[in-house]
Amino acid sequence: MRKIEQFMKEKNLNIGDYVEVVEKENDHHIAYRGLVMPPYELSEGDTLTLKLDNGYNIGILVDQIVEIRILEKAKPKEVKEFKEIIQKKENLPDVTILGTGGTIASKIDYKTGAVHPAFTAEELALAVPEIFEIANITPKMILNIFSEDMKPEYWVKIAHEVAKALNNGEEGVVVGHGTDTMGYTAAALSFMLKDLGKPVILVGSQRSSDRPSSDAAMNLICSVRMATADFGEVSVVMHGETGDTYCLAHRGTKVRKMHTSRRDAFRSINDIPIAKIWLDGRIEFLRGDYRKRQESEVWVDDKIEEKVALVKVFPGMNSEIIDFFVDKGYKGIVLEGTGLGHTPTYIINSIKRATEEGVAVCMTSQCLNGRVNLYVYSTGRKLLKAGVIPCEDMLPETAYVKLMWVLGHTKDLKEVKKLMLTNFAGEITPYTKYNVY
Amino acid sequence: MMKLDYQELGLKVGLEIHRQLDTKKLFSRVPSELVDDVDFTFQRRLRPTMSELGEIDQAALEEFKKGRTFVYEGNFKLSDLVYMDEEPPHLPDREALEVALQIAYLLNAIPVDEVHFMRKIVIDGSNVSGFQRTAIIAMNGKVRTPWGDVGIPTICLEEDAARIVERKDKKVIYRIDRLGIPLIEIATTPDIHHPEQAKVVAKFIGDALRATRKVKRGLGTIRQDLNVSIKGGARIEIKGVQELDMIPIIIEREVIRQINLLKIRDELRKRGVKEEELREEFYDVTDIFQNTSSKIIAGAIKKGGKVLAIKLPKFRGLIGFEIQPGRRLGTEMADRAKKYVKGIFHIDELPNYGISQEEVDAVSEKLNLGEEDAFVLVAAKEETAKKALREVLQRAEEALYGVPEETRRALPDGNTQYMRPLPGKARMYPETDIPPILLTQELKEKILTNLPELPQQRAERIVKQYKLDKSLAQTLVDEEKDELFEELVKLGVKPSIVASTLVGLLKGLKSEVPVENITENHIREAFKLLAQNKIAKEAFEEIFKELALHPEKSALQVAEEKGLTLLSEEEVEKIIEEIVQQNIEVVKAKGMGAMGLIMGRAMAKLRGKADGKLVNQIVRKKIQELSS
Repeated sequence: MRKIEQFMKEKNLNIGDYVEVVEKENDHHIAYRGLVMPPYELSEGDTLTLKLDNGYNIGILVDQIVEIRILEKAKPKEVKEFKEIIQKKENLPDVTILGTGGTIASKIDYKTGAVHPAFTAEELALAVPEIFEIANITPKMILNIFSEDMKPEYWVKIAHEVAKALNNGEEGVVVGHGTDTMGYTAAALSFMLKDLGKPVILVGSQRSSDRPSSDAAMNLICSVRMATADFGEVSVVMHGETGDTYCLAHRGTKVRKMHTSRRDAFRSINDIPIAKIWLDGRIEFLRGDYRKRQESEVWVDDKIEEKVALVKVFPGMNSEIIDFFVDKGYKGIVLEGTGLGHTPTYIINSIKRATEEGVAVCMTSQCLNGRVNLYVYSTGRKLLKAGVIPCEDMLPETAYVKLMWVLGHTKDLKEVKKLMLTNFAGEITPYTKYNVY
Repeated sequence: MMKLDYQELGLKVGLEIHRQLDTKKLFSRVPSELVDDVDFTFQRRLRPTMSELGEIDQAALEEFKKGRTFVYEGNFKLSDLVYMDEEPPHLPDREALEVALQIAYLLNAIPVDEVHFMRKIVIDGSNVSGFQRTAIIAMNGKVRTPWGDVGIPTICLEEDAARIVERKDKKVIYRIDRLGIPLIEIATTPDIHHPEQAKVVAKFIGDALRATRKVKRGLGTIRQDLNVSIKGGARIEIKGVQELDMIPIIIEREVIRQINLLKIRDELRKRGVKEEELREEFYDVTDIFQNTSSKIIAGAIKKGGKVLAIKLPKFRGLIGFEIQPGRRLGTEMADRAKKYVKGIFHIDELPNYGISQEEVDAVSEKLNLGEEDAFVLVAAKEETAKKALREVLQRAEEALYGVPEETRRALPDGNTQYMRPLPGKARMYPETDIPPILLTQELKEKILTNLPELPQQRAERIVKQYKLDKSLAQTLVDEEKDELFEELVKLGVKPSIVASTLVGLLKGLKSEVPVENITENHIREAFKLLAQNKIAKEAFEEIFKELALHPEKSALQVAEEKGLTLLSEEEVEKIIEEIVQQNIEVVKAKGMGAMGLIMGRAMAKLRGKADGKLVNQIVRKKIQELSS
């Protein structure tokens, strides 16, 4: 137990108690009044955090506190119940928002400074009222995890929830998702949702929703608009530039987070985005080759092989890395090769052993932009001979997700190769366009 | 001016002083410089955040719904992602934190054990993120004054806001160069009870800030706000006080204003005015002014506007009542209406401004004015005129209750003018991207044992160390030139020359050239030339004049262009040798008696190009050589 927790227990202090603390520092006695705040999660725990009457927090060293008096015990927190459902409007389409964790909107407790997610229909209507003018919104929390903790089994769960909502008559589904692994989930949904005829929009935010400048609300508004559009694919909708002017809808298999923090972190790679969604509600389609909304029963093809690895190639790479996955029983390895799709020549033997043992080895490029080509250099040709499947212009992450899904259906390497090179969800473009880079 | 008994009046004044620190930005290693080059812009909106109970600041939400957007101007060299709110903040600038601690100790305050940065919600766009980061660094400081101690409850370290460039109807343009410059915020308790005491406190705080030599100087780097109230009056926040000497004047004038507003209140009560009598009834009196000689009104009518009037029952004589030298209740009403119209007309000042007695009478008749009743009229587009008159009505209503609480702007003459309502209580929550910072005993001791000299001590030391005149030393310190002074003396120039140049010469040029263009670097260069005997000190005046006009030049360049560079000793010797040779007969004949002649000829040739003393020395040496 940290010192502060010990102290609070001894003094019978609760969070929210209004106290007077007397501290002795050197020869001074100093008195403070304020509300006891929760100790910081990651601090050493040597200080008591007090919210002073002027709203500021300060930390007081527990060891220097000579006196503490509780002036007023914390009142039971005022809990407000927010409604899960609000009245539907006849003329508006229905859209379900699925929450997977992270926060689309936040509530701030200005008394304590705590930030909580806002997710009931009523809370969303208060925080982002604009979306209720676009659609009848049904929010549903299906997971509560960090995006970095996402797993293939959750992709399956999300896919089923999406299918259920769409087959229930919703016009579109928006999936709120942490941004770190949103691209992977978008790819997974793209492969798993079959006979999709309605929009499935993934959305997140790069700048936390508790700040007035957050991108969350605008991303959400644009997502709901896209979810009601004449469109029938999986797409990621996020800010198109640093300003709050438009969002871009990216194809789920061609999108990648390209910046750690900027609002416009998501970019279409080797492809152009599908649409621009302006703040005033206009949707400007940037291309014609997207699936339009259509009547169909969507179903989930959720067969997945989880023993697949995504491995980055690097100078000095040891072949035992490949051996490890083979020995551990992995069924597939996606390599993120250098340049056109290469590995050091001295690991090719290990790759050959892998394919001989029935492990699918796929090649993508760590350049991200451009297409792999294993015919140009002898190393590439040797890799081909060793049985490597060159994944055209697929993103490494998309190839990784796709390989899992393909291996869920067949382990036959010939078949795997055929499927990997078949374009299912826009993950492979037939030729490399100039204006995509 | 009336004699004021401040104790009797219950005067209470508190100060709030903001000053920029001369360090990197607070949460990013960006140099804190202002730039005029705009390389890119971006546009944002700020959305009010919801409280735990589902409340949203209604005023903020209304603003948001109006679709106001903010445009930010950035610069490739000096803008960064943190201050575009595109990257989490870095840890606070170490230097800024240490300077803040120095200031805390100089103000007898006690640093907190652990610093917690907070986010203070600000959604007028001046902070890209929608909040200002701020933290208490120290508390319980104290300033001693002859009137008694004044407390300094808090010393905060916070981020400066972006500079406003332009405010349009639906768009506000800001430049983000100033955003994030560390600001030290020092607030006092309202224990100041005399206008002069406020000045003493402000001076003491200012001295402590300057002692660190790490505060920024110049326009806009210091902001002093006053909170002034008297018994029965109200707390008035006065912003933008620039000069120390103005503080007592502004306080005195505010006291007078409050006294007079209370007098107006009492008179209105005596006359029995009720709030419900102040009705929002607009009278269209445009027809009365069809042939007016008032240019303003005629112009407004020509543009399709109307002349609207409202009645202010029993206000006659009070709208024109002077509450500050040159300012009346009517002026305060006009300030409020300024958002919509350039000005208002009220009965107490009419006939005037081209409005005739007949027109006044006609309006009075139309409004059915009684003897004690007043009217205010406005000429503008109908809706605008109504909005303006509503503001007037609001201010009239407040007059019934005395002094309205508000934020006012200091005017150059010491009066104040309405700016906006008092800000509401700050909404704050923790900045979770920055961990709490423990101020270790080790750090505190390091700061405490290396505290800088206060300006007073510094002036005394300069007098002793450099044998300077006391007032000269004081001026150097007061004008914050002492640091440069000590640096220049180290070059080997006589202290008295450095001091008189910095204080006397440069100030003397003020009436002739824009001396503010002369940078410290210019001065340094010039003194280096002097120290290296490349110029004479007589050349300073001409060099600085030229630099003020052409700051892009260097001191050396100017000296060369103007032929002010001194010849080297060898060159001087060569020239003197020539002169001696030309007059060799005289020298041989008269010996030292030829000194005058040779000196005269030498100086004729060398004036401004060689130091007289040096010439004298060489001439003497040459003659001695020849005559011995």
